[in-house]
Amino acid sequence: MLTSPDAVARRPLTRRSLIAAAAVALGLAAIPAQAQDTIKVGILHSLSGTMAISETTLKDVMLMLIEEQNKAGGLLGKKLEPVVVDPASNWPLFAEKARELITKEKVAAVFGCWTSVSRKSVLPVFKELDSILFYPVQYEGEESERNVFYTGAAPNQQAIPAVDYLMKEEKVQRWVLEGTDYVYPRTTNKILEAYLKSKGVKDEDISINYTPFGHADWQTRVAAIKRFGAAGKKTAVVSTINGDANVPFYKELGNQGVKATDIPVVAFSVGEEELAGIDTKPLLGHLAAWNYFQSIDTPINKEFIGKWKTFIKNDKRVTNDPMEAHVIGFAMWVEAVKKAGTTDPDKVIDAVVGVKVPNLTGGMSEMLPNHHITKPVFIGEVKGDGQFDVVWKTEGLVPGDAWSPHLEGSKDLIADWVTLKCGNYNKVTKRCGGST
Amino acid sequence: MLACLQRILACALCWLAFATAAANAQSFDTAVARFAADSFGDTEAAIGEVAASGHPMATQIIQALQDGRLLFDAASKKVYVRDRGGKVVDATTGQAADLPAGAKPVRLNNRLRRTIEAALGGLTLLAPESGRRYEAAQAVFKSRDAGVLPTLDTAIAKETDAGVKRALTEARAAVILSLPDAKEPDKLAAVDTIKARGDQDALGLLGGLPPDTPPAVRKAAADAVTAIEAQLRLWEAAQNAWYGLSLGSVLLLAAIGLAITFGVMGVINMAHGEMVMLGAYTTFVVQEVIRARNPALFDYSLAIAIPLAFLVAGCVGILIERGIIRFLYGRPLETLLATWGLSLILQQAVRTTFGPTNKEVGNPSWMSGAFDVGHITITYNRLWIICFTLAVFVALLGLLRFTRLGLEMRAVTQNRAMAAAMGIRTSRIDALTFGLGSGIAGIAGVALSQIDNVSPNLGQGYIIDSFMVVVFGGVGNLWGTLVGAFTLGVANKFLEPVAGAVLGKIAILVLIILFIQKRPRGLFALKGRVVEA
Repeated sequence: MLTSPDAVARRPLTRRSLIAAAAVALGLAAIPAQAQDTIKVGILHSLSGTMAISETTLKDVMLMLIEEQNKAGGLLGKKLEPVVVDPASNWPLFAEKARELITKEKVAAVFGCWTSVSRKSVLPVFKELDSILFYPVQYEGEESERNVFYTGAAPNQQAIPAVDYLMKEEKVQRWVLEGTDYVYPRTTNKILEAYLKSKGVKDEDISINYTPFGHADWQTRVAAIKRFGAAGKKTAVVSTINGDANVPFYKELGNQGVKATDIPVVAFSVGEEELAGIDTKPLLGHLAAWNYFQSIDTPINKEFIGKWKTFIKNDKRVTNDPMEAHVIGFAMWVEAVKKAGTTDPDKVIDAVVGVKVPNLTGGMSEMLPNHHITKPVFIGEVKGDGQFDVVWKTEGLVPGDAWSPHLEGSKDLIADWVTLKCGNYNKVTKRCGGST
Repeated sequence: MLACLQRILACALCWLAFATAAANAQSFDTAVARFAADSFGDTEAAIGEVAASGHPMATQIIQALQDGRLLFDAASKKVYVRDRGGKVVDATTGQAADLPAGAKPVRLNNRLRRTIEAALGGLTLLAPESGRRYEAAQAVFKSRDAGVLPTLDTAIAKETDAGVKRALTEARAAVILSLPDAKEPDKLAAVDTIKARGDQDALGLLGGLPPDTPPAVRKAAADAVTAIEAQLRLWEAAQNAWYGLSLGSVLLLAAIGLAITFGVMGVINMAHGEMVMLGAYTTFVVQEVIRARNPALFDYSLAIAIPLAFLVAGCVGILIERGIIRFLYGRPLETLLATWGLSLILQQAVRTTFGPTNKEVGNPSWMSGAFDVGHITITYNRLWIICFTLAVFVALLGLLRFTRLGLEMRAVTQNRAMAAAMGIRTSRIDALTFGLGSGIAGIAGVALSQIDNVSPNLGQGYIIDSFMVVVFGGVGNLWGTLVGAFTLGVANKFLEPVAGAVLGKIAILVLIILFIQKRPRGLFALKGRVVEA
């Protein structure tokens, strides 16, 4: 955890002055509306800095969803009002902005965050002020909080099925786990390593590597992957490389002639948005695992893509998995508010669990007592036009695990906010381990 | 009577032949129709059946499948081949046909792509073009399909091109090694052939021999693996050196503009990275215009972008110097803060204009792909960037050494008062020098757009490295920047395989800090009567 609640509370002056400064900075953008007329919805996504590349889209999709809900008559007879703040890819600023949204703007719920660091930094704020956060990105798991709803994939909804696919369909025996050096890849790789070993993969057949954020010179790593792959066993790369480092990585793969038929790369952080920056022809056949692809052919998805392109006024813009997570999360929140008849966070938190809403791939996703949702898992191969061709999918929907059964520290833990009222209940000692 | 019998027999034979042909054609038609089932299993079976049919359309169909030109119509279960010119023929008859509206390409996955490569390998071993025969040999080397052995023998006997012949022999050796019933001496000879190949594919083959391989062959293979590995280790060192040069050239390119603004003028320009970014976005705009107006010019897009990027970044640089920096000379802290703020403003301006997402900057065809020197893979884009960097460096040296502008620049930076006394308009020279440094950063952006993301954050990744290179090389000395960049590049690339990318970077930073303690003015400190600012 980066910031504890005490740490925040201990410097009230700084905080107040920062909030004041931020309020001035926001200026006229936040129109002071009468609290009775509208329900405010907070949008906490970076619009500047490194993460703006991914998060700006999510802000736009939230604006679209709120506009749509208002056209359909609003919620509880009131209009919804989006409140957009910019935490500028600055993790402590996420906490400040979250506090501003909850205390000053009095939003009913917040939709936001991308990186795990930013989520960890806002957690204490949401707990202290008892509000609701919908978190739309695939993450490393090992967490379940009363105030947070995780609409992205947990490792068992993305990483594990992808590895299973490679083992069964591609007969992979040797694994390179290549990641960016931060919490999501490190935890995911720990889970994957434990999982692979439980499947009988030997130590010498697993190579784990980390590179810094924004790593641009992939020559050495790609050569090392080629060398690792030349041991007579079918080799695959599981990539948790994040953000900007992906483009040079794939360019280098293409240039050094690493073909998907020889060494396939399956990525967990590369979607349609990321591929928009590269020529995908040399990448034909490399894989990605997600719970949604733009290319999935369902009427509801077609309608969503159409609405998105009209809203953003750009025919070339693509849709991706975290966008779908926000679509699901927002629909769930709306349903829960209707069910509870109020936007009071305590009542809504209880009402969300069990809510079922249609996802964009033709199923009904349900919010589980551990605050994760059920999702289908798809494996897609990169096509020449920057889209994915689904080559495999799970039979039904996969329920998200908050705690991985493959890790020593977490295999006995379960999260249940309905009966146990606990995010990390230990099945063996029969005790709630306290929060986080 | 006999004649009659003969005639009947002939008739029967004829009929039989006809019937078999018809049956073959029938089975070929059914095989092709399976492509329309839209299931990976059916497609895989169809590839095998079509490849084995010997039908004249077979190669064409499988080739089309590989390129995504094999189309099917789900309603009528008909399959079509679209040739490279866009003409559509019926896959079973080869007759020209009209494509139904709902026709879709047959879908592939990696397993099918491998099956296709193997099938094409067997089918094109006797192709007339030597290039295709070579590719076929490589495909057989990977697939080790025992069924093509007779064709392979014919191909080897007929082959005249030495390179292709060697590839074919290696492919044959690979097949022999995976055949359970091949004789031991044959297998031993095969191990020798593979050993002579000596690359990573050879290692992969020898490391993964089937379990029923005789012990003698197994031992020979193990020896060969050791020998190849020892040889490859040497190549690896050469490869690291090459990677180091390539990384060094990127560092040099990013730092060379800074070597002028910071090194020669002494301005701590935190917005240097944003000049690089402007250059990259100029490349993007140039490519967009070319794509829209005249796609044929695409291979020349970089050549067009270079002068434009120089102008754009250079003009922005002159504006910055005239608008902000000239008021801050001699106040390094304020310069640092002002240019840092400026870099944020520029980033956000680009983000609002072009959007926050990455922009696609294509590689011209002459910058894609790679070639092998021995066992080193050299990618064209890196090679061109090294050449380009050196050309920029030489041009800049020439400019400073042989032109009037260069002379005046050196005069002003070495002794401003004296230069002014000699009648040089120092403020004009300041603006031009800063513009030159920024313009060169813009050119760097053109090259970096080929290997990195074109996003508003592009510049940030290079600013620290650039300062590191300039400080390490010695402030105020272009040769120092050159040596510094290549030293850091090579050191980094030799550390990376040992320590990992993260630790390697930290180690380099620590080493530089220690080095600066020892030699505060860098590798090549300026000596002589340079007036300190």
